[in-house]
Amino acid sequence: MRISFTEWKKSGSPWIWLNAGAVAICVIMVVGLLGLIAARGLVHFWPADILQAKYSSDGNQSLVIGEIVESEQVPAEQLRDAGVIVPDGTKMMRRDLMKIGNRDVGGMDFTWVLENNLSEQSYPQMLFATERREWGNFYGYLRALKEGDTLVGQYAGYDKTPEYMALWNRFEASIERALIIRKDIYQIEKHEIGSINYTLERLRLEQRSLELNEVSDPAPYAAIEVQRAELNANYQDLQQSLIDLYTKINRDSIVAEISNGQQVDIAVAKIVRAFRPNDMSVTAKLAHYGDKLWEFVSDDPREANTEGGIFPAIFGTVMMVILMSVLVTPFGVVAAVYLREYAKQGFMTRLIRISVNNLAGVPSIVYGVFGLGFFVYFLGGNIDSLFFPEALPSPTFGTGGLMWASITLALLTVPVVIVATEEGLSRIPRSVREGSLALGATKAETLWKVVLPMASPAMMTGVILAIARAAGEVAPLMLVGVVKLAPSLPLDANYPFLHLDQKFMHLGFHIYDVGFQSPNVEAARPLVYATALLLVMVIALLNISAVQLRNHLREKYKSLEM
Amino acid sequence: MSIKNISAPKIDFNTPAQMRMRKFRALKDKLAAGGIAFGGISVIVAIVLIFFYLLYEVMPLFQSAHVEPWSKNDRAIESYTVPGSGKTLYLSMEEQAEIGIRVSDKGEVIFFNTLNGSVIKSEQINVPVGASITSLSTISDPLHQFAMGFSNGDALIIEHNYTSTYPDGDRVITPTLIYPLGKKPIHIGDKPLKLLGVSHGDEDWNLVGGDETGLTQTKISIDENMMTGEVETSSESEALPQFNINADKLLLLPGRRWLLMASKNTLAVIDLKAEGGAQTTQVVEASKGTITDFQTLLGGNAVLIGDDLGKVSQWFLVRDDVTDWKLTKIREFTGGTQPIVNLSIEHRRKGFASLDTAGTLRLFNTTAERNALTETIIDGAADRIAYAPRSNAMLSEKDGQLSLWAIHNEHPDISWSALWSKVWYEGYEKPEYIWQSSASSNDFEPKYSLVPLAFGTLKAAFYAMLLGTPLAICGAIYTAYFMVPAMRRKVKPFIELMEALPTVILGFLAGLWLAPFMEDKLAGIFVILLFVPIAIVVFGFVWAQVPDRIRFLIPEGWDAALLLPVVILAAMFSLYMADGLESLLFGGDLRLWMSNELDIPFDQRNALVVGIAMGFAVIPTIFSITEDAIFAVPKHLSYGSLALGATPWQTLTRVVLPTASPGIFSALMIGMGRAVGETMIVLMATGNTPIMDMNIFEGMRTLAANIAVEVPESAVGSTHYRILFLAAFVLFMFTFVVNTLAELVRQRLRKKYGSL
Repeated sequence: MRISFTEWKKSGSPWIWLNAGAVAICVIMVVGLLGLIAARGLVHFWPADILQAKYSSDGNQSLVIGEIVESEQVPAEQLRDAGVIVPDGTKMMRRDLMKIGNRDVGGMDFTWVLENNLSEQSYPQMLFATERREWGNFYGYLRALKEGDTLVGQYAGYDKTPEYMALWNRFEASIERALIIRKDIYQIEKHEIGSINYTLERLRLEQRSLELNEVSDPAPYAAIEVQRAELNANYQDLQQSLIDLYTKINRDSIVAEISNGQQVDIAVAKIVRAFRPNDMSVTAKLAHYGDKLWEFVSDDPREANTEGGIFPAIFGTVMMVILMSVLVTPFGVVAAVYLREYAKQGFMTRLIRISVNNLAGVPSIVYGVFGLGFFVYFLGGNIDSLFFPEALPSPTFGTGGLMWASITLALLTVPVVIVATEEGLSRIPRSVREGSLALGATKAETLWKVVLPMASPAMMTGVILAIARAAGEVAPLMLVGVVKLAPSLPLDANYPFLHLDQKFMHLGFHIYDVGFQSPNVEAARPLVYATALLLVMVIALLNISAVQLRNHLREKYKSLEM
Repeated sequence: MSIKNISAPKIDFNTPAQMRMRKFRALKDKLAAGGIAFGGISVIVAIVLIFFYLLYEVMPLFQSAHVEPWSKNDRAIESYTVPGSGKTLYLSMEEQAEIGIRVSDKGEVIFFNTLNGSVIKSEQINVPVGASITSLSTISDPLHQFAMGFSNGDALIIEHNYTSTYPDGDRVITPTLIYPLGKKPIHIGDKPLKLLGVSHGDEDWNLVGGDETGLTQTKISIDENMMTGEVETSSESEALPQFNINADKLLLLPGRRWLLMASKNTLAVIDLKAEGGAQTTQVVEASKGTITDFQTLLGGNAVLIGDDLGKVSQWFLVRDDVTDWKLTKIREFTGGTQPIVNLSIEHRRKGFASLDTAGTLRLFNTTAERNALTETIIDGAADRIAYAPRSNAMLSEKDGQLSLWAIHNEHPDISWSALWSKVWYEGYEKPEYIWQSSASSNDFEPKYSLVPLAFGTLKAAFYAMLLGTPLAICGAIYTAYFMVPAMRRKVKPFIELMEALPTVILGFLAGLWLAPFMEDKLAGIFVILLFVPIAIVVFGFVWAQVPDRIRFLIPEGWDAALLLPVVILAAMFSLYMADGLESLLFGGDLRLWMSNELDIPFDQRNALVVGIAMGFAVIPTIFSITEDAIFAVPKHLSYGSLALGATPWQTLTRVVLPTASPGIFSALMIGMGRAVGETMIVLMATGNTPIMDMNIFEGMRTLAANIAVEVPESAVGSTHYRILFLAAFVLFMFTFVVNTLAELVRQRLRKKYGSL
């Protein structure tokens, strides 16, 4: 149907289309954002092919080896200004960001190369990459494997031959062996020695507390001394076995050739994994991917949080959220029940309701400031001087920690639970309550047996929303107890098992810290995207389940409404 | 069927067991009621506590000071006779205010207990034979340094020093005298040193001394041998020209350049480093009456002048347009009409105390222009006052009697004007709004203007709303009014899901992905803003031309789905076009062109980035509430309008929107509240520099981000700490008030719909 523009405009259609466009833009923005995070976060674990090429710049030819991470178009003008020789007539040039690794040799992980100046590009099958505990990735050719000072095997060529494969297999076996020993070392260092240190510290505090109380009886002091001597003896034993393990783990090393032909020695003990991405099948790559993904969610971070996993951050977030929900659920529900069922409805309750509602809109940083001032400095300081005088001047509860963080977030989210529970209570028809009361039940019985069960999905919704909010909140946590790297988890095998005074790691703060405070942002970025993806997924899941619950609840009680 | 034969079973409801049971149930009921009331009220109290705790931390900022006689073990300390003999030339105290020092005109230096005046240690200064002390000049109170001038033209520099030891767990303070330039007096000139000024840097000292007939300048440099540690001093003297000023006081400012001389009511500025020798650059009338006291403020860059009319004025050198330095009167403190006797400078803050002939003590702070206390403590004219280093105690001397006063003046440096008005800070050319809470040096003047932070907050919120409002409201209108219900059920929760998205993720994307992307594709962003709406309208028109056969395949209300590819293609096309456009119009680089041609500076993390990221965060809030408000407009209103022949658009703008407008307004308010308080996005996506510029391409620092950055570093109970609490309180109140207003509007709206 033909329609003239003026007529079309007169009908208001352009405006309707613009409004429709706004919806479309909103949807695209959300999808785009999630897609961006997912794409960048998931790609990181895929073993990228290693490029080898000749690179000429300023008349010099050199060999570069590395992964291409990013490409961009640069105006030739800009490059000319920077003193790069650019052939006439080109307007834009492609520039690649290459991860060349070998930071211990070259000093830099990343370098920009101009696509035009790369020649003889190839992906040799024999190139291998290793992830190391120090200095980031390494790229090069395997040349020899040494056990102590004896040469076990060597290979000089660039082709895949049985000889080479034999060397490679021995190398992998050696890594496997080192990893097993490392597990033992970890067990001793982290758990056994950690537990001894913890007990020693407790003994020190006990002694200090005896001194503070001016106990003159020598018996308790002697008992402490005995325990301490025993622990120290244990410690010596462990120390000895550690030394043995370290000699064992440090036995092997490899020699590898890097891009400029130099031969480099790498201790096998420092290697986390080694692989040859150019020679991997898709299945092998998938296995590698799964392996990395598992490492990401289950391992400790390495290298200033830029490598390895985020397990402590996941654990800290979960711990904090659990504690928070334990606090927020009863209080939020009780407050809602009081407001809806017990308080006299009038101006005051209306006022309180509005205030509670609005507290949900108060900036989270305000709660953080309150938590820091009131909980940490005021309450914590007093608790310390009353119950933990032996540890002073180092604070126990007088500094940010798991407990204060949970309470602060509980305060932050309690309005969410109150509002949701109240909504649930208000949806329960009067007739149901009256029926229960008419049958002779007391008010408390009605509440407990009739009203609360009916309102339970609403409470669940509130709690889930509170958890979703708490899991994503960072600003207040920065003030009340989150750290970039916690030495131990807040839950461990040492009495009293749950360490409420301990600082903890948090996914959201991890994103902020690694993304913005890390010394090597470029290397850390993919990990930040992956962390963000995990956080988004958790929160989206929580929210969707809350919405589902709410819808379910509405459906359920629709028939009761008149 | 009859029922008469059925007799009711005999049930006794009042057996003891039943009664017990009933009692127990009643008790449980009561307990539950009590418990729930207690729990509920305590949660509400906890919430109210936030408000009061913030207020409690902020309140001390605005309390005025008070002074009382120092007391120990609940007994006020009484006045005591001045220890030693002669006239007092110098009076000071050490850190703990336990030991005082008094220097008399006979050359005695007496350390005494400030509680009772008992002498702890007395030392006689090496006065040259046949000479007498003619002047004493305080070099620096915080450093405990002063200089003495003798009648034979010699000068001596003395520092009093205190060491604390804990022999038996108790603190013992031992005072000592140190002579930084040796015990032997330095010969400055041949004239008696009636006037003396001393200033020094790390390795050099500068002394100017003499009488009204002429001044001599002596420069002393100290060279420490790096290898042996030996100290060598070398000095040179030169006579200064006659300035024809009948000076009776002089001060040397740090930096060896400026000498200030005060005569009866004028002040002369002398440039010692002027070309062709020292010369007077300025003579100003500093007072309508007579100058009675003349001292430098902490840091030595500003001077205070007290006169016999009871006025104290602060002056410092200000650089003007022609790069000349001019001594400028910055502000005047009026305190009564009685002549000022003495000024005492605080050792750690930009504050001072004045004492007039009526015995009235006044405490002032220069930055805050605040008179924290006015109290008559002494009957009649006292001689002098001296602050303790921590500004918590003060000694006063009157007629040979010393009294010790306790001063409670925790936060003099804050006043309404210091927080919200322009303040002329030391070293600045004019009064300005500045937030600068810490610096490396001790004598730094903290600048606590909340204006740049409030400005930054509003700027960030403004740009966020600028982007978020149209998208959210237009989207809500379409979703609520035009969209088919099936699609609406999907779209609404989807957009609301955005609300739960942690802001740290938005901030991180804004800072690490959007900011560099935008720097690269700045022109593209603007082309998108222009081109996408055009593309949408054009598509709509083209769609209207499509034959009905095809057009009706897609039912009405699915337009938004149709637009998805259009918007994506239009955005991609814009980005593609932008490069060409950029080289055509702006010489290849819009950013460069802007800074060169328009003089607009560009930061990578700027307000536009924040606007987009935070706009993203406020869209779901505004969208959700607006959508609810529009959807809640009773359908019969729009049906009536449509039945009368109005187009859907006319119905929307004339009937639906006016009805829903209070709801939309409250949505905007709540969105605004969220934008104002948002922390992580601004923390990560701006440079966090507290500048005041509306430029969209520069960053800002918001109240919330400022709190997050500075609270962990501020000392508990300090002024800085309390100001950050004040900032939190301001945020709290702002969002609370805005949200309450929005809520009230919403409730009214609900009532109105109820009546329709």
